[in-house]
Amino acid sequence: MIPALNPAYIVGTGNTRFGRLEGYGALELMAQAAQRALDDACMSPAAVDGVLCGYATTLPHLMLSTLFCERFSLQPAYAHSVQLGGATGGAMLMLARELVRSGRCRNVLVVGGENRLSGQARDSAIQTLAQVGDADFEVPNGASVPAYYALLASRYMHETGLTEADLAELAVLMRSHAMHHPDAHLREPITREQVLASKPIASPLKLLDCCPISDGAMALVVSAESRRSPAVAILGAGQAHRHQHLSAIADTFNLGARDAAGRAFAEAGLQPGDIDYLAIYDSFTITLAILIEETGFAPRGGSAARVRRGDFSAGGALPLNTHGGLLSFGHSGVAGGMGHAVEAYRQLAGLAGERQIAERRCAFVHADGGVLSSHVSLILGRED
Amino acid sequence: MSTSPFIEGLAHRELRYQCCVACGAVQTLTRYACRSCDGNRFDWRVSRGEGTVFAVTVVARAPSEEFRALAPYALVLVDLDEGFRLMGHAVPGVAIGDRVVADYFIHGERTLIRFRP
Repeated sequence: MIPALNPAYIVGTGNTRFGRLEGYGALELMAQAAQRALDDACMSPAAVDGVLCGYATTLPHLMLSTLFCERFSLQPAYAHSVQLGGATGGAMLMLARELVRSGRCRNVLVVGGENRLSGQARDSAIQTLAQVGDADFEVPNGASVPAYYALLASRYMHETGLTEADLAELAVLMRSHAMHHPDAHLREPITREQVLASKPIASPLKLLDCCPISDGAMALVVSAESRRSPAVAILGAGQAHRHQHLSAIADTFNLGARDAAGRAFAEAGLQPGDIDYLAIYDSFTITLAILIEETGFAPRGGSAARVRRGDFSAGGALPLNTHGGLLSFGHSGVAGGMGHAVEAYRQLAGLAGERQIAERRCAFVHADGGVLSSHVSLILGRED
Repeated sequence: MSTSPFIEGLAHRELRYQCCVACGAVQTLTRYACRSCDGNRFDWRVSRGEGTVFAVTVVARAPSEEFRALAPYALVLVDLDEGFRLMGHAVPGVAIGDRVVADYFIHGERTLIRFRP
């Protein structure tokens, strides 16, 4: 008989402020977030027996996880880095859960962070990111990450009737949430008209359809036991990887999000109807619209209608990214993609302070890497 | 550094694509295995360059200095009639569903595709 697997709980989170944090390196930012997560978990560094970390474009290193461990004076029994673009944070949480479930580790520290904004020239960041395109078939055309998403957007909007004004609703919603988070990068209120009138980047995407580039770090601790009440467990997880490059997308309506979500729900034994909080990756407004719609939380072309009805607002039926998402809380690479899960945990655990919304029991977390290439879904549940 | 048959083709103003020797399936990009069967040997064939626009964007913010002078420029994904999808530049004004044909232009040291009606 196969022995029962251990449960896995999120027991602590930590983050730095996001934005321009001049003078800090990637490891220093990671250390700040990690310290806050351990403090939040009331955990001694000696209790950490697993460390997972992401990558940093400003600190390419063969062994970032153990470099971090040395600087942060950790000596875990298990460590390595994970690289899956924007889905790295989700993949690390999924793996941390597996390590705890199997009994390999008791307490896994998951950390990501970098000085993506202040540590390099903007052009250099944009060019590094553009390399997710195919080196022969895509990048030589002078394509960029916004251009890849813009191409996908043009097709998706053509097929669904989603409009630029619809996308603007998502940008405004994310900003309205970030306004209430003291650590968010962009907190000035914006209007739909301002989004529509913002500088063109790659049509149909304009500046305010795109997330900013930020400095910042995030960390979580995943453990076999939670002493906190209510506890928050990771109940299910799933991945899907159907393509790497935009040119290789076989079906605009089946990019992998639905497959990943289906696997996570099946594992958790839950249905989308059980979800009362959404934490969904939003590198661009179109990313958020496609992911909400492919995972079934709005009909095709219908995500903005739910925004207009207030469903995704902090006081709505299905609050979405109450920290402000990548679009407004900010995007510092791996850490940016961890922010959604960190906020979902805080809302479920009742630890969101002034942003705390009405009691939530079950969160759906989804991240994608590349050009909607790699998908990771997680389901977090509150246990009283 | 090995040059891919695709890049080599562009230099000769040829649009090359992979075709599986075993099953005849056509695919975009350069792959080492067939998407449709267990095959792993491919012929590189030459496309007629005619197809239908699948997606289009106008890039206003070029990612690098070498493309800044071209901006704004249209990028498209085109479904070529032989059955593969390809990214390229396009003349201004092309829209999804338009029939286009591949043309070529020199940019720096590279030959690139520019689709036109």
